[in-house]
Amino acid sequence: MTLAVQFTQVSRQFGDVKAVDRVSIDIQDGEFFSMLGPSGSGKTTCLRLIAGFEQPSAGSIRIHGAEAAGLPPYQRDVNTVFQDYALFPHMNVRDNVAYGLKVKGVARQERMARAEEALDMVALGGYGARKPVQLSGGQRQRVALARALVNRPRVLLLDEPLGALDLKLREQMQGELKKLQRQLGITFIFVTHDQTEALSMSDRVAVFNKGRIEQVDTPRNLYMKPATTFVAEFVGTSNVVRGELAQQLSGSQLPFSIRPEHIRFGDGPVASHEVEISGLLHDIQYQGSATRYELKLDNGQMLSVSQANNQWLEHAVVHQPGQRLTARWAREAMTALQETALSEGK
Amino acid sequence: MSLALEKTAQPPVYSPFRRFSNLLWRRPNLYLAMLLIPPLTWFGAIYLGSLLNLLWQGFYTFDDFTMAVTPELTLANFVALFNPANFDIILRTLGMAVAVSIASAIVAFPIAYYMARYTTGKTKAFFYIAVMMPMWASYIVKAYAWTLLLAKGGVAQWFVQQLNLEPVLQFVLGIPGVGGSTLSTSHLGRFMVFVYIWLPFMILPIQASLERLPPSLLQASADLGAKPRQTFMQVILPLSVPGIAAGSIFTFSLTLGDFIVPQLIGPPGYFIGSMVYAQQGAIGNMPMAAAFTLVPIVLIAIYLSIVKRLGAFDAL
Repeated sequence: MTLAVQFTQVSRQFGDVKAVDRVSIDIQDGEFFSMLGPSGSGKTTCLRLIAGFEQPSAGSIRIHGAEAAGLPPYQRDVNTVFQDYALFPHMNVRDNVAYGLKVKGVARQERMARAEEALDMVALGGYGARKPVQLSGGQRQRVALARALVNRPRVLLLDEPLGALDLKLREQMQGELKKLQRQLGITFIFVTHDQTEALSMSDRVAVFNKGRIEQVDTPRNLYMKPATTFVAEFVGTSNVVRGELAQQLSGSQLPFSIRPEHIRFGDGPVASHEVEISGLLHDIQYQGSATRYELKLDNGQMLSVSQANNQWLEHAVVHQPGQRLTARWAREAMTALQETALSEGK
Repeated sequence: MSLALEKTAQPPVYSPFRRFSNLLWRRPNLYLAMLLIPPLTWFGAIYLGSLLNLLWQGFYTFDDFTMAVTPELTLANFVALFNPANFDIILRTLGMAVAVSIASAIVAFPIAYYMARYTTGKTKAFFYIAVMMPMWASYIVKAYAWTLLLAKGGVAQWFVQQLNLEPVLQFVLGIPGVGGSTLSTSHLGRFMVFVYIWLPFMILPIQASLERLPPSLLQASADLGAKPRQTFMQVILPLSVPGIAAGSIFTFSLTLGDFIVPQLIGPPGYFIGSMVYAQQGAIGNMPMAAAFTLVPIVLIAIYLSIVKRLGAFDAL
């Protein structure tokens, strides 16, 4: 299988700051690959390294097998959808989309036809004569997408393209992007700080923290089997249990993670495949589909418990703050974690 | 609880000043009117009023024999603008204004580009000061200084000699319409002084327009395959045209109205500005001077409409 993009021990330093620190990734051809992390974690720098806006301080970047370090952006077979869309304000939508073809010397008739085709693909046919300022945020986003895709790149880079859209539109665009990627079969590299976005769209996700990669895995594995404390806490909500309590519950020195929705309240004898711990109910948050309970354990740690609201109101068990409750979960729901630098001493 | 209730039950008493501020807050139009009426009155009465009055005087009659102005309305002054002698002055001034604007834009662009894209903090402040400092010095002093710099045996000539470019200078000075006997009495010299003096007025608007250009646009252009030259021609230049247009309006109109540089540097012969000065000062032909002042106004109006048609303000 060919690799679309391959990072080997890539670093990028800005002064004393290591924005990207010895990162190695293999991105498969045709994959929907997300780079997930908080701001300043190096994910956007990695994307810019692939696009050619930044050059690595060390290491090798290969795009479809060819060394890309040192190549300017205009000599790379990748295109970018920018966070602020970066549409040219002095050109109409059609000229914006046709720009990449124009600078490559494609004849006018062909580039206009292809631009129109690309606009149809993002459901903006007939908008060609408008100026970017006359479009809504979601429409500009589509134009930016069409402008990148019209060049038929082998790799499409997306830098938080949905960040500026409101929730409903974002969810709709997530679906459309995924569909488009399947249809075109090209590699999408998607940068986001939104973990639900990364999980719902991607084939694989790389989780970045402080310029390093914590874990590269499928969304399911990332969620169910986080490798480090950082991943457990960043992807979804997790209870990370450390020290003596971890030893007592899991029988191991290593910290472990337990998801709030894998915990239930129970009384009576505990089953052999389960562990239990009690605490005082501290806070209750009603979240619609689920209710989140914050349980204060005897050692002072908070334990989040999430219960699906799948019972009719009259049958629902109502707990009161201050009540002592026993939390239980299956042993196999616990995932042992490696401690990451960021989480230390937390 | 009861304490808080008692407190809010008292109707608040405000000072007249506070009541007035509240009134302004409730009626933003009143506030705006208070801010705008004084300057608009000034602008309308003093500036536009006197300008219209001046143009009106262009229709008055000047008696060549008695040198007296009588308020009999005539179009003779405006017709006289098209006399070969007067029309020459207009063309000469217009040609210089166009040449100065183009040259200023070419010289200013790289400086403005460097300022906008590559300087930050202290370097940027240094460039601002360096660009604007010449404007702090008296304009007449600068013009006189240039007459000395460009004079026969002056610094400019010495410099040319050191570079062994004397023949080139002689050749350039020999070109009709450009040259003259020395640099300081040539059209070229006058052109150089104009470009020098108006350059800051070109640099600053271009710099401002480039400053507003998001870096992501340049990256997007490169990302889509444009080589640096293409990015410059397709993205940077079109988006800086409003700045160039604004700067050229300065250089163009300032050259059209200037009456000092044409007197001090360059060959004899009037410019529009010096003609107005001569008509109303030395000759006392106020109506003709008034007719001449209409010329720059019309030329700038034509210039603006051309610039607008070229789409210079589309990106604003």
